[in-house]
Amino acid sequence: MKILVCVSVVPDTTTKITFTDNDTVFNRSGVQFIMNPYDELSLTRALELTETTGGSVTVITIGEADTDPIIRKALAMGATDAIRVDASPKDGMYVAAQIAEQAKEYDLVFTGRESIDYNGGQVQGLVAEMLQWPLINVATQIDLENNEVVASRDIDGGREVVKSSLPCVISAQKDLCEPRIPNMRGIMMARSKPLNVVAATDKYDYTKVSKYELPPAKSGVKMIDAENAEQLIDILHNEEKLF
Amino acid sequence: MAVIIYAESDNNTYKKSSLEAITYGKDLANKLGTSTIAISMGTVGPQNLGTYGADVHIHCTDNSLSSFNPQTFANTISTLANNNSGDVFVISQTYNGKSIAPLLAVKQDAALVTGIVDIAETEGAFTVKKTAFSSKAIAHVELTANKKVLSIIPNSYKIEENGTEVSTTEQQVGSASANTTIVSTHKETGKIPLTEAELVVSAGRGLKGAENWHMVEDLANALGAATACSKPVSDMEWRPHSEHVGQTGITIKPNLYIAAGISGAIQHLAGVGSSKVICVINTDPEAPFFKAADYGIVGDAFEVLPRLLKRVKEVKGI
Ligand SMILES: Cc1cc2nc3c(=O)[nH]c(=O)nc-3n(C[C@H](O)[C@H](O)[C@H](O)COP(=O)(O)OP(=O)(O)OC[C@H]3O[C@@H](n4cnc5c(N)ncnc54)[C@H](O)[C@@H]3O)c2cc1C
Ligand SMILES: Nc1ncnc2c1ncn2[C@@H]1O[C@H](COP(=O)(O)O)[C@@H](O)[C@H]1O
Repeated sequence: MKILVCVSVVPDTTTKITFTDNDTVFNRSGVQFIMNPYDELSLTRALELTETTGGSVTVITIGEADTDPIIRKALAMGATDAIRVDASPKDGMYVAAQIAEQAKEYDLVFTGRESIDYNGGQVQGLVAEMLQWPLINVATQIDLENNEVVASRDIDGGREVVKSSLPCVISAQKDLCEPRIPNMRGIMMARSKPLNVVAATDKYDYTKVSKYELPPAKSGVKMIDAENAEQLIDILHNEEKLF
Repeated sequence: MAVIIYAESDNNTYKKSSLEAITYGKDLANKLGTSTIAISMGTVGPQNLGTYGADVHIHCTDNSLSSFNPQTFANTISTLANNNSGDVFVISQTYNGKSIAPLLAVKQDAALVTGIVDIAETEGAFTVKKTAFSSKAIAHVELTANKKVLSIIPNSYKIEENGTEVSTTEQQVGSASANTTIVSTHKETGKIPLTEAELVVSAGRGLKGAENWHMVEDLANALGAATACSKPVSDMEWRPHSEHVGQTGITIKPNLYIAAGISGAIQHLAGVGSSKVICVINTDPEAPFFKAADYGIVGDAFEVLPRLLKRVKEVKGI
C-alpha cells in the first residue's frame, strides 16, 4: 500500500490577517506557519493504516523552500519520504495538476477537507478527476478491507458510509483520528529521510487574486441589561424581523 | 453561451440554497446577456424553478442518479452543458456541491472558485468575492479562463421569486455507473441541519455540562433554530460533533447567531463571524465575543436563556 499525503502549509489559526502592496498580497511577516490541521489528520491516519497493513507514506507539498520545516515535521511524525514541488502555489487547479503529475504510482491520495488559508476544498476533487480516480470527500473514518476503502463521510444533515476500489482520493474531516505529535526519535530520524525537490510543470493559470479586503467590521455592540433580557427578543422580532 | 445551475433536492424538495443559486445564476445571466438552464437529478421538488429565475429546466431521469456520486453527477451536468452550450456553472456549496464543482471544472477545463459570497463583477475582468483565511478576509478573484465554475456559500444570496414558470424537460443522459458504492446513510431526522439554518442558538463551556443543554434546545425549538456548540463542547462529547462550528468545524452564515457561554476565541469566530446578527450572553464583560457582537448581555446564561425562551413563547403565542 503506497499512500501519497498532500500537505499544505498555512498561517497558524490565531494569525491576525493583514495585507501589503495595496491589499494585493498576504502579509507573511511575523506570521507563524503550521501544517494544515486537516492534513495533520490525514497524515496520521495514513500512518496508522500502513503500520497495520504495511506500505509507505509519501508526503507532497507544493511550496517554496520555506515550507521545508513543516515537511520535516511530517517526516518526524513517521512519513517514509517527501516530495516538494518547488513552486509558489497559484490556485487549486495549479496545485492539483502538480499533485496529479506525481500521484500515478500510488494506491491512495489523501488530502485535507480544505486548507485553512485558501479554504478552497478544491484540490481533492481536482486531483481525483485529473487522474480519473473515485473521490471520497470529507471522510470522518477511513478503513481498508479486502483491498477496498470503506469510509464514513459527512453529508448535509448526516453521515454516509461509502466503499471504493483502489486507487482513489480521500479528503480528511475532523474526527478521523487524533493528530500524532512527533517524538524525539522521529525528529532525529526525519533528518536523514529523503526530501526530493522536483520542478513544477507549468499548467493552468486560470484565476488570480486581484485584491484582499477585511470583512466589514461590526458597527459596535448594543448592550442590554440582564434584568431586561426579554428586550433582546423584542428587538430581534420587531426591529431585526428575524422571526 | 448559457449559465448552468445545479438544482439539488433532498427529501423531495429543492434545497433553499439551490434556489439562491438559481436567482444568482439569473442575475449573472442578465449581466452577461444570456439565459439560464437549471439541471436537477434524482428526485424533484414541488417548486417551479422558473419562479426563481430558471429559463429552462432539465430533469435527468437516469437510474444511476438515484443516489449521490460526485462523478456521475458531474458527468451529467457536463454532458448537458456541452449539449446546450453552457459555459458558466453555478453550484451551491453544500456537501454534495463541494464534491461536484471541482470535477466539473476539470471536465470543462474551467476556472474554479469556491466560497463565493457575492454576485460576480462582469464589466472588464470577470471577478468574484470569496472568503479566505477562514472568513477572516475576503479575496477578489479574477477568472481568466473562458469557462467558469462558481461555488456559492449558502445564505449569501437573496432568493427572488418574480420569474415566470417553466415546464420541465425530462432527459436520459446515459451517465456511466457510479465509481463508489453507498453502503449506508444516516440522517438526523426532525432536526434543522445546521448548514441550512437561518437561525442558530449555540453554547459553549459556560453551560457547564451536557445536562444543561435543554435550555439551548428549548430556545432553539421555540425559535425554529438549529443548535450549535464550541469545539471543547463537542470534544468533551456534551454535544455531537456535527454541531461544532468554527475554524475546524462547520462554517455557518445564518441570519441570527445566539452564543451563550462562549468566549469568542478567534478560531470560533472564524466559523460564525459572518452571521448577520450576533447576540452574545456571557458572565464576563471582557469576553472577546462582545467585540464581534451586535447585541450583548452580560449575565448568567442559566438565568438569561429561560427568560429569552419565555419571551419568545409570548411573542410567538406558543
Ligand atoms: C487549531 C485550533 C482550532 C480550533 N478550532 C476551533 C473551532 O473550530 N471552534 C471552536 O469553537 N473553537 C476552536 N478552537 C478552540 C478555541 O481556541 C477556544 O478554546 C474555544 O472556542 C473555547 O470554547 P468556549 O468558548 O466554549 O470555552 P471557554 O473559552 O472556556 O469559554 C467559556 C465562556 O463562558 C463564559 N461563562 C462561564 N459561565 C457562564 C455562565 N453561567 N453564563 C454565561 N457565560 C458563562 C465564560 O466567561 C467564558 O467566556 C480551536 C483551537 C485551536 C488551537
Ligand atoms: N500547496 C499545497 N501542497 C500540497 N497539498 C496541498 C496544497 N494546497 C492544498 N493541498 C491539499 O489539498 C487540500 C485542500 O486544499 P484547498 O483546495 O486549498 O482547500 C489540503 O487539505 C491539502 O491536503
